[in-house]
Order: sequence, then structure tokens, then C-alpha cells
Amino acid sequence: METIFSLLVALFFTGGIYLMLSRHLIRILLGVVLFSNAVNLLIFTNGRLTHAVPPIISPDLMTPAGPVANPLPQALILTAIVISFSFFSFLLVVAYRAYQDLGTDDTEEMRVAEPANEAPPPMGY
Amino acid sequence: MAGESYQVDRAQAMIAGPVASADWLIVVPVVLPIVCGALLLMFRHRMRIHAFMALAALALVTAANASMLRRVLADGPFSMTMGGWLPPFGISFTADVLGVSFALVGSAVAFICCLYSLGDIDRTGRRYGFYAFLMLMMAGVNGAFLTGDMFNLYVWFEVFLISSFGLLILGSDKAQIDGAVKYAILNLVATTLFLIATGYVYGTFGTLNMADLARKVDGLSDTAPLMTLSALYLLAFCMKAAAFPVNFWLPASYHTPRIVTAALFGGLLTKIGIYALMRSMILIFAVERAAYSMPIAIVAGATMILGALGALAQSDLRRMAGFLVISGVGVMLSGLALGSEGGLAGMAFYALNSMVVMTALYILAGTMGAAGAGFSLHDLGGLYRARPLLAAIAFLLILAAAALPPASGLWPKIVLVQASLAEGAGWLAGAILVSGFLTTLALGRVFLLAFWRPASASLPIARVPSLSLAVLLLLLVPVLLVGLYPEPVIAMSGSAAKGLLDPSAYIQAVFPQAGGG
Repeated sequence: METIFSLLVALFFTGGIYLMLSRHLIRILLGVVLFSNAVNLLIFTNGRLTHAVPPIISPDLMTPAGPVANPLPQALILTAIVISFSFFSFLLVVAYRAYQDLGTDDTEEMRVAEPANEAPPPMGY
Repeated sequence: MAGESYQVDRAQAMIAGPVASADWLIVVPVVLPIVCGALLLMFRHRMRIHAFMALAALALVTAANASMLRRVLADGPFSMTMGGWLPPFGISFTADVLGVSFALVGSAVAFICCLYSLGDIDRTGRRYGFYAFLMLMMAGVNGAFLTGDMFNLYVWFEVFLISSFGLLILGSDKAQIDGAVKYAILNLVATTLFLIATGYVYGTFGTLNMADLARKVDGLSDTAPLMTLSALYLLAFCMKAAAFPVNFWLPASYHTPRIVTAALFGGLLTKIGIYALMRSMILIFAVERAAYSMPIAIVAGATMILGALGALAQSDLRRMAGFLVISGVGVMLSGLALGSEGGLAGMAFYALNSMVVMTALYILAGTMGAAGAGFSLHDLGGLYRARPLLAAIAFLLILAAAALPPASGLWPKIVLVQASLAEGAGWLAGAILVSGFLTTLALGRVFLLAFWRPASASLPIARVPSLSLAVLLLLLVPVLLVGLYPEPVIAMSGSAAKGLLDPSAYIQAVFPQAGGG
């Protein structure tokens, strides 16, 4: 089970990194989504995968009787999902504004903050 | 069965008694800015009170950090675990000399920036929530310095990062959006790398509490892939700290926002990367750091030299300051490469000094820009004759940034050069000195062109707001005081380095029963 999930995580990372290497903002953003979901799956798999063993202790026991699912990775992932989703929505808005204001979604052509042929500082006076 | 409750022994998992009231102080630097930020959002239409609320909150946070620093210097680290759970089940906040001294200088610098913002942030900036973002960012910054939990550190990273996005695009002009695209995407990649490493740490160690990690790491060194984990942390935090070759987001974005925002970013944000590097690579992965010592040293040397060369090539004052921030990060990383007590003490001292000096440098650039109508070295001139007080301040700040006496920058560099020579890394000491020389050249040229060169007739020199001068003088006070009497700060950074290299007191503070692991 863990092997299958590891391969799936690897697939997500591959796709995410491939897309982020693009020059176009929208592809980079799609890559970011894949990348952050790969991390969520990675944390999930790192908490060890179990099937149909809810983390509930029966009333007459002090500790669980058998193996139970690990609830902590879900708390971590939930936090990570909220954060990456808010990041992603912010990035979408910024990318859209960039397309409106700068007239391009090609990161190579975004040279407003760092102009390509700026004069070097004066050599003397 | 009904009505009869189970007698569960909670002593294994829960804290029995109430938390000592002095320990509550550790959450003040985080809770207070969050509450103030929320209130500022509620009162967003009453813009007249924004600045005063923010100033009051930052003053209280600074006072809380100062009183915590007094306590950790006298009695050693202390810790508080949230929710009544015993560590490592609950999230711990742990204050030690390193974290608290960073938090103290950070919040003091933020307070001074907040003073400067009274003149720099207009009604539009206030309406779009400058002070609310500032408060939330400071909550994230303080949380990162005080937390004792790896995943919680990630959360605070995201808190200050997303608030810094808000500050960065306040005003939404074209250059800001251009800068924000690059800043946001590359920082998101860095924090995601951090999260990946943290996920693996959880899978390997089964815990995320830093003190717990520090005491478990020795038992796992034969079986767990610790080299890979520490390499991931190294990459992620070097990216946050803007070390070469993963620093290109910084010069692309730091010159675009308003001056006060740039001053805060240049002063505080890269230092959090430095702090996280010290925490992870010394407290937890000390053996692995020693193995990576050479690559870190090369990265440090390249960062400090290329940063200074970048500063030499800029004609925009703000962009030059951005490259000087990078060069300083390289000098700090040389301390991590050495890993000795002297190296780490110099690293912490340099980071604290750089928080003040880089903030002052951005504010100086803003003041010069306001006086001389622009930030370009092509246009500035004649400020020496027209604005002598500004010239005096600028001269002292240039000495501080170039690490020349009588300013404070001299001492951490001496500590670092001494430590490099003691470790037999003479070339690293040479690189530190060469980068200092290049910085002197870059800033000396600023003085030559902007101050000594006669003013061009077409550009009149404007009035300098007295608030800007007062803020710069305020920032000069610690720079000169520490420059003339560095003993207390050297002792403090020495004890911060000792606390990292021998974590038994840190572990003891979190796990009092276990006897220090």
C-alpha cells in the first residue's frame, strides 16, 4: 500500500516540477497545485497507512487493543491544505492582475521591476 | 454504568497543575499582535487610531520580549506546552537565548519601522490594511522565533509570508505585481520544501517537538536517512534566507514596495531563514551539518562575494540595499559552515546587527530618495551641502553596513574571522574581508555621488521630514552603543551559541521529568 502511494506521490512531484519549470504563469500555478497536493499525500503516507481501524478506544480499555489509524497526519494535512489553498487563491489573483497590468503571462517578459537594459552606475563626475 | 465516570489516570498525557503565571509571557509576543491585527481589521474605517494601536502593541511586545530575555539569560530556557498536554503531545513554545534575542531585536526594529510609517503610509495604505498586515506579520515572526515545534514553525512561516504578500502589493503598481509574482512563487516553493522535510521528519522520528527531535536524533543516526532530511532543510531555509544560488526572488521584489515595507523585509525576513537554519542544522542535525560543512562554506563565500558585486552594479539605492542584504546572509552562513561556538556566536551577533543596520539602510535610502527626487545614483547629488545632518547619519550608517569602526558591524565580523582562522578556514576569513571591502566600495560610491557631487541645477533638493531623521537617529543609537561597548552582546550571542551546541538545558526545559535526555 505504501509503495503504491509513494509512486503516486512521485508522479505528483514529477508533474508539479515539470509544470513549474514552464515560463507561463498559468502552468506554474497548475504545477504549484500538484506540488502542494503531492506534499499532502506524502505526509499522509508518512503517517503509515492502515485500513478500517478507526482510532477509537473502547470504553473498558485504557489503551487501544490493536493497531489503530494515526490521526495526527490528518491534522497536519488539514492545516497544510488550508494554507496552500489560501496561497493558491492569492497567487491566482496576482497572476490575473499581472496579466491585466503587464500584458503577458510569460515570466521572461516581466521586466518592470528589473529592467533589462538598465544603465550601469556612473563611473565618476 | 450510567452516571459513573471512568477514573482515567491523565498524568501520563496531561499537565496536572496550572501553568506558572510567568510562563504565560511566552505567548504574549504572538497573541498580542494577532489580537491587535484582528481589531485593526474590525476598525478598518477608523484610520486615525490604526498607527497608535500598532505602536502600542509593538511596544508591549518589545517589553515582553525584553523581560523574557532577562529571564532566559539569568535562569536558562523555559517552555510552555499548549492545551494542557504534556510534551511532545502538545505544541510547545520554548524560549531560549537565541530565539528571544532575535524576537526582541525584531520587534524593536518593527516598532521603529512603525514610527517611520507614520510619515510613509498615507490614507490609502491605511485603508488597504497596512497596520493589520504588519501586526499579523509580526505575530508570524515572533511565533517562528519562539516555537519549539517543527510543524508549528512551518505554520508561522506561512503566517508571516502571507502577511508579507499583503504588504508587498500594497499599492498595486506594475513593479509591485511583477515583484510579487516572483516573490510569492519562489517563497511558496521554499516553504513547500520545508513542509516536505517536516513530513519526512514526522515519518522517521514519530515526533515534531524540537527538543524531542534533538534527544532522539542520536539513536536514529544509523538507520534513518538523516543526510537527506538535513539537505532538504538546508535547501529550504537557504532559499528563505536568500543564499546563492537560490536568492533571485530577493533582488526581484525587495525594492518594489513602500520604503517601510522594504525596511521590515530586509531587516527581518531573511533572518528568520538564518534562525531556522541554526535551529535545524545545529540543534537537531549537528552531525549532518558537519558533513555538509564544505558545501555550506562554498555557498556562504559565493553569497557574500556575489551579493557585494551585485551591489556594486546597481544604480538604484533600494536595489543596492537588497544585494547588501544578500551579502550579509553569506557572512552569516559562514558561521554555520564553521559550526564552532565562535562561528555560531558570530552568526547570531551578525544577524542581530544586520536586522538594525539593513532596516536603517532602507530607511536611509527612502530619506535620500525623498530629499533628492529619486533613488537613482544618476540623479542624486549635492546632499552634503544641502542636508549636513543627513550626510552625517548616512556616513555612520555606511560605516555600520561596511562593518567599520565605530559601528556595531565590526564586532561580529571580527568574531567570525577569528572563528574561521581558528578552524583553519583562512579562505573563508579572506572572503568575509573581501566582501566587506566590496561593500565599502559600493557604499562609498553612494556617498561620493549622492553627497559630495554637486547638485544638478534641474533637480531641487526637497525638505527632509524631521520624522525620518529622528527614526534614523534612533536606529543609530544601538549601532553606536554596541559598536563602542560590545561586551554584553558578545556574551549574549556566546550563550545563544552554547545553548544550541549543548541542547541539554533546552531539552530539560521541555521535558523536566526526563532529566535532560
